[in-house]
Amino acid sequence: MRWLTSFLTSSAGRKVLMSLTGLFLCSFLIAHMSGNLSLLLSDGGQAFNEYAKFMTTFPLIKVLSIGTYVVIILHIVQGILLALKNRNSRPDKYVSKASGKGSTWASRNMALLGIIILVFLIIHLKSFWYQVKFGHIPTVNYGGGEIKDLYTIVVTAFKNPLYVGFYLVSLAALAFHLVHGFQSAFQSLGIRHTKYTPIIKFAGYAFAILVPLGFAIQPLYILMFK
Amino acid sequence: MKLNLKIWRQKNSSSPGKMVDYKVDGIDKDMSFLEMIDVLNQQLIDGGEEPVAFDHDCREGICGMCSMYINGQPHGPWEKTTTCQLHMRAFNEGDTVYIEPWRAKSFPIIKDLVVDRTAFDRIQQAGGYISVNTGNAVDANSIPIEKELADQAMDAATCIGCGACVAACKNSSAMLFVSAKVSHLALLPQGQPERKDRVLNMMNKMDEEGFGACSNTEACEAACPKGISVFNIARVNREFISSSAFVKKKDS
Repeated sequence: MRWLTSFLTSSAGRKVLMSLTGLFLCSFLIAHMSGNLSLLLSDGGQAFNEYAKFMTTFPLIKVLSIGTYVVIILHIVQGILLALKNRNSRPDKYVSKASGKGSTWASRNMALLGIIILVFLIIHLKSFWYQVKFGHIPTVNYGGGEIKDLYTIVVTAFKNPLYVGFYLVSLAALAFHLVHGFQSAFQSLGIRHTKYTPIIKFAGYAFAILVPLGFAIQPLYILMFK
Repeated sequence: MKLNLKIWRQKNSSSPGKMVDYKVDGIDKDMSFLEMIDVLNQQLIDGGEEPVAFDHDCREGICGMCSMYINGQPHGPWEKTTTCQLHMRAFNEGDTVYIEPWRAKSFPIIKDLVVDRTAFDRIQQAGGYISVNTGNAVDANSIPIEKELADQAMDAATCIGCGACVAACKNSSAMLFVSAKVSHLALLPQGQPERKDRVLNMMNKMDEEGFGACSNTEACEAACPKGISVFNIARVNREFISSSAFVKKKDS
């Protein structure tokens, strides 16, 4: 198994790990965003609360969520280690400002964008995930027994313009992180060809715009119309 | 043409350096950038000062020796051009020009603008070769090679190992260099016997030498005087992944 440890500690191998965990997290974003769309229904939060109950109790989802925690931690730890290694590769900086020619702003600032997303993640988990797991939150009954009323917690949070503002800034950071990250993941895995790379790049841009937009609709809707 | 120069001066690898201001006059727009430095150095010698040390050899854009970071860009503002082929018509009267050495942990500064790039040589020695029998030269076209592959291999082989990719990269990554050297041989039948070991050994050496990881910013491709494509980086990733997984080694 020595090949595996030497692969995973090599710079290219670490990038493979970043790609695979990153792409997995992209699939997580799609699932999370689709679930959130139920916030838009005018049913007093029933669909959303039942969805939240399903996501916290269904065994297969529970296993998958543990996997997601592991993947998120791997992506964060590996990202930090890579950023430190990369900084260390140029201990003496240039005096003149780099032209940045040929590279996008997002590609040069993935670590910064990642840190903004991490701060968001901590606050986001504190406001919702922690409340559901360990907090005392109200319950409702739709006829199938008492279930936790996460809907009320979410609506209360999204009526605060400051919280929504922070949410939108974080989603913008996510968008830029995805603009580079999505296509970069394929490059690190060696998947590049004049035939299909334009498709990957297009899909990356579409993903980076649509997913954060899908997350931004609910807080804006609740802030303005609830 | 008059120019204001800000040049990195450093006595040797162990002493600290700093940017020093110089003024040069009488620069012709048809001079090369290195000829402009020659004019400055003559001026310094006449004034009893130490001339600026810089690397150069062929001065026709093929040896890969010249290496100046000019106004935030390796080899200056022109695309696909080495410093020696950069001409002074790229600048205007009274411009301020910043001139620095390549900066990377793996390229320590020897003096002024001269850096030690033997890390590249050591990467090459780790696997950038093929085994051939000595004796008479083999007939040029005895092995048929698909035109497209031959073109791609030749494009990769145009890498002159100047180090502009490392200098341009925010991580000081050598991936474009290594990918060009690996691709050049991996695409050709002559490179097949050592193909798997080559990529593993060269990539390991690259990490050992302290170069950073690739963030796929593609700044290297824009800075490369030979226009080496980042498609080669995808190829070296592919080669590295498959060779790591499938190479047969007793001890792994």
